Formats: sequence, C-alpha cells, structure tokens
Amino acid sequence: MIGNEETHDVERLLPPPIKRIVVDEQLQPTIVQPPVADPVAATGPSAGAVRAGARAHRRGTPGPERMTLDGLSVSYGTKRAVNEVSLPIRQGEVLALIGPSGCGKTTLLRTLNRLTELTPTARREGRILLDGQDVDELEVTALRRRVSMVFQQPNPFPMSIFDNVAYALREQAMKRPGKAAVEPQVIDALRRAGLYDEVKDDLSRPALRLSGGQQQRLCIARALAVRPEVLLMDEPCSALDPRSTAVIEELIQELRSELAIVIVTHNLQQAYRVGDHVAFMYLGDLVEYGRTEQVFAAPRAQRTRDYVGGAFG
Amino acid sequence: MAATAPPLPQKRRLDSSLSSWRWGDRIGFVACWAAGIGLCLIAAGIVLYMGFQGLKYLDATLLVTHPNVDTDQSKSGGFLDPIIGTVLLTLIGIAIATPIAVGTAVWLVEYGRPAWLARLVESGIEVVAGTPDIVIAIFGLALFQKGLFSWMSFSAAGGAVFGRSFLTAGAMMSLIALPMVFGATREGLQSIPAHVREASYALGKTRIATIRRVLLPAVKPNVSTGAALGMGRIAGDTAIVVVLLGATLRLQSEGGLPVLGTLRGTGSTLTSYVYNNSPAGEGAAPNRAYAAAFVLLLVVIALNFAVDGIARRGARYGLESTRLDRQ
Repeated sequence: MIGNEETHDVERLLPPPIKRIVVDEQLQPTIVQPPVADPVAATGPSAGAVRAGARAHRRGTPGPERMTLDGLSVSYGTKRAVNEVSLPIRQGEVLALIGPSGCGKTTLLRTLNRLTELTPTARREGRILLDGQDVDELEVTALRRRVSMVFQQPNPFPMSIFDNVAYALREQAMKRPGKAAVEPQVIDALRRAGLYDEVKDDLSRPALRLSGGQQQRLCIARALAVRPEVLLMDEPCSALDPRSTAVIEELIQELRSELAIVIVTHNLQQAYRVGDHVAFMYLGDLVEYGRTEQVFAAPRAQRTRDYVGGAFG
Repeated sequence: MAATAPPLPQKRRLDSSLSSWRWGDRIGFVACWAAGIGLCLIAAGIVLYMGFQGLKYLDATLLVTHPNVDTDQSKSGGFLDPIIGTVLLTLIGIAIATPIAVGTAVWLVEYGRPAWLARLVESGIEVVAGTPDIVIAIFGLALFQKGLFSWMSFSAAGGAVFGRSFLTAGAMMSLIALPMVFGATREGLQSIPAHVREASYALGKTRIATIRRVLLPAVKPNVSTGAALGMGRIAGDTAIVVVLLGATLRLQSEGGLPVLGTLRGTGSTLTSYVYNNSPAGEGAAPNRAYAAAFVLLLVVIALNFAVDGIARRGARYGLESTRLDRQ
C-alpha cells in the first residue's frame, strides 16, 4: 500500500518511460532514446508531484471545456451501469477512464456519442453538453461527427484503405462526391493518424489486409477524417502488440493538442503515460477525478488507492 | 521413500494399431472410413458413367441444333432449346430470388422487430425450403391460372389463362433458390461483429447507409455463394419445369415482342429433355438423354466450383488468417 509519506517512491515503481518509436518506410522500428526525464524526478524525492520522462511534455494550462457531463446516469433495465457522474472534458488534453471490468467506463464513453441508444434496454438520465449545447438537441448523426470514436477491436470496413476513410467523409447525399473531391482530406487524415507513409503506395489495397496495428491507425484516421472535436477511444490498444501500442500512444500525444481525447483503458501504465486527467470508476460511481500525477501518487479515496496500488505496488 | 517406483499406467497411444481397440470402436472407425470412401466412389461413379455415356453420344451439333419431333432419331435434332431454356429459367429464378432473399435476411438480422414477426418470417422460409418442388409447381399452376396473372402466360380466347411460361416457372423456381440465398446472406450478416456496425454509426452514418455501404459489400461473397447454390438447384429441378413450363420441346414465343414473347412462352430445359428422352419418358432416346444429362451435370458441377471459388476469395470478417500476411 502506498502511504502519503511514500508518494515519491511511486516514480521508482513506475515502468520505464515509453521509448519513442519511429516507423520508417520499411516498417523497421528504430528505437530513439526518450527525452531525458525531469532532473528533479531523476535525482529523487524533492518535489511532491511525481514526474516521469514520458510526462515531461505536459502543459500546465487546461484548454477550454468541450464536453460537460452533469449528473449522468445510465441503466440497462434495472441495473445501473453509470451512477450520477459529472466530469469536464477539455480541449487539448487526454482524459483517461480507468477502473475494473464492468465498472461502467465503456458505457460512459459510449453515452458521449449516444451509442448506448442502440441498446434497447439502456436508459439515460442527466445532461451531456457539447460546447454548452445539450447533445439531445443535436441530430445524432451530426453529434457523432463531432464526437468520433475508435473501438477496442480494429474494425476497418471490408473495402479499400482509401474508401474506409472516404466513407467517413461522404455525406448521405444522392450524389456521392468522387474520389478526387475527397482525396486531399483522406490523405490528410491518414497523415494525421501516422499511417500515410506506410500505405501511400497502394491506397486501393483492401483494408483488412493490413496488420492489426495499421488497421487500428486506419480506424483512427477514419475517425479523424470528419474533423471531430472530441475523440473517444475504447481500449484502443488492447488487441495490439506492444510495438503497435507504442505507436498509437505516440499518436495520442500528437493529437491531444488539436482535440479532446477520452480514452478508456485497463492498462494503468497506459493511463499514466497518456492521461492528463484520470477518472477512476468503480461499480458505476466516479470515485476519483484529478490530474494524473495526483490520482496515481496521492489518491484521495481508499478504493482508488487499492486499485492503483494493487497494480503498481 | 519407496524402494521401487510404481508401475506407470499403460497409456494407449493415439496411433496404436486397431487390434488394441475395443470392438465397438473398431466397427465405428471402419464404418466412418467406409462411408466417406463410399460417397467418393458413388460421386465418381456418377460422373464417370455419365461422362462415358455422354461423351459417347454427345457431339457438337447436338448443342447447336434445335430439337425436332421425328420418329427417325437422326432427324430429331439436338438440344439447343433446352440449353437456352435452362439458362433462361435459371436467370429468371435467381433474379427474382436474390433481391427478396437478401432483403429478407437484412430485415431479419438488422431490424428483426417485432420478435414474433421475425420468428414467423424464419419459419415461413423454412416451410418454403421444406416444400417438395412438385407441390410448389402445382401451387404455382393454381396461382398463375388466375386472371390477375394473365400477362405472364398465354391466354385463350375465352379468357382461360394457361399459367405455363418461363415467367411463371421462373417465379416458382425462385422459391426453391430463395432459402439458399437467404441462409447464406443471413449467415454472412451474423458473422459481422456488432462493433463494425457501431463503427459506422459512430461516424454519423444512418442505419440505411451502414447497410448499403458496409454490410451489403461485406456479405457479397455470401450472396454469391447462395446464388450459385440456388442456381444449381434451379438448373437441376424437373417437377416445376414439367408442370409449369408447358413442356414444349422448342421455345414457343407468345405474342409479338421479342424478349417478353419468349418469357411469356413455353419451352423445355435440360432436365425435362432428359426426362422426356429417357426410357421413362415418351421419346425413348436414351443416347440423347445421356448426352443432355452429361451437359447438365457439367453445368451444375461448374456452379459448385464457382461456389468454392467465391467462398475462398477475398478477406472476410472472421477469417483472421488474411490479416496476418503482412505482419
């Protein structure tokens, strides 16, 4: 168990900072040394706040609030999956949702773009605001373009790489825009997802022929193509190998400046590496919400301490 | 500590000889082998015998000459019309069956509400699949002799509707192909993981757009497989042809229009040709029957190979192996 006087030791217990992995055109990973960790953290306990190399780039000032959850509850039939959760989701930062299986974090995520409405038994109370506007007032298709999502399993559609991204862009009009009309946006989305250099030779290749990690980045490209304000990620790396995971975490770091990211993860190290804020959920309740350093190093609630400590200590 | 190790239990090796097996196992083992080999022999027997007989009597002129009623075998012509009839009927049947079957499967898997209606639809298709084709044929005759369907076939001067034509036979043929297309499409849709649909919804797409742009392209191989299977069944069916196609040896056009006239008219197929020329039928020209049967067999086998080819082609959900070839 981590006591308060031991908080500085958390640094020692954390996994080594993520190595920067650059994927070159031949798909040969080259390991680049990570940026040198904050000397304060490296030399030992002198500051209360915990710092690590992977977290050294954090900005102090949070961006504007993009989404607001206000007393949000979701039930499936009589079972309450999310219980009165209130949270801010800010532009330019990553919110990591952690907690044991079945604690409601995925349900919470899927409620943000009203995907839970596809489940007939699901019922929602409380308000979700997107830029101050209640999401119920928005057309659901419009909402889902602004709040985009990446799933646990890579799920490209059974079409070409190009069409996967173009599908997201093509409106449901009688006349679909042609290849030339959407091509710049498709390429831009693939670039932002860090996939373009690997696939640029043949965009007409079937997407299902890509490797798992590439498929997931294609799904991210697809989600980015609609220029969303918020990106929801439901355990995006749980089906991937460590190398692909590292590439995607790197990508999350790059994307966080332009949009708000909410990521659900089982992997506490990942939550620590990518999260600016962490929300810990347990049995549908939001137990703790705060800055990542604070939640991991000095959790206020006993349940958080047990969960975080169980994984790290 | 024990002085001697306990004897190891005698393990039966998987590849041990039959003589160490129980009698029941031995009989079962031999029976399984016999059944498999027996089936291969029967299949080979059919193909080889029909090939032998067919090639003996088949000659290229049979394929391109019209049949003719004549007591002299050398003047009774070939079976060009039955070949065209088989192709026409198969195309009509599958063209009617595929959209209905795919539409039903999509509704059942993607909507399927209310549940009782979904169950009813499913049982309905099971009933159609289980109905003997001769029953379907008789029902079709009763149905298409109604005045409402007079446009589909020949009508006598008094207003009596003949009810027999390519259109009516094709409509009933679609019923025997429908369950195969439906089953294959439903299976394909069910094998697409739910998160693929959700991924489309999460991009702000409607349910219809998801079906149209994601799900239907994904089940295209399944639909093709089902359609090829259904075409095989149509091409091989006799009862509906005999009852509903009018059993005229040649294509008899009805009305002046070039294509519609043929569709409204009567004709024959390879199956009815074989039947009529076999010793059981009227013609008693077994050599013609063998030749036509061989051609029919080739058509159906070709369709089966097409099914295999379609099933193997393309990356599909659930076939993980295709994802690994770039790792």
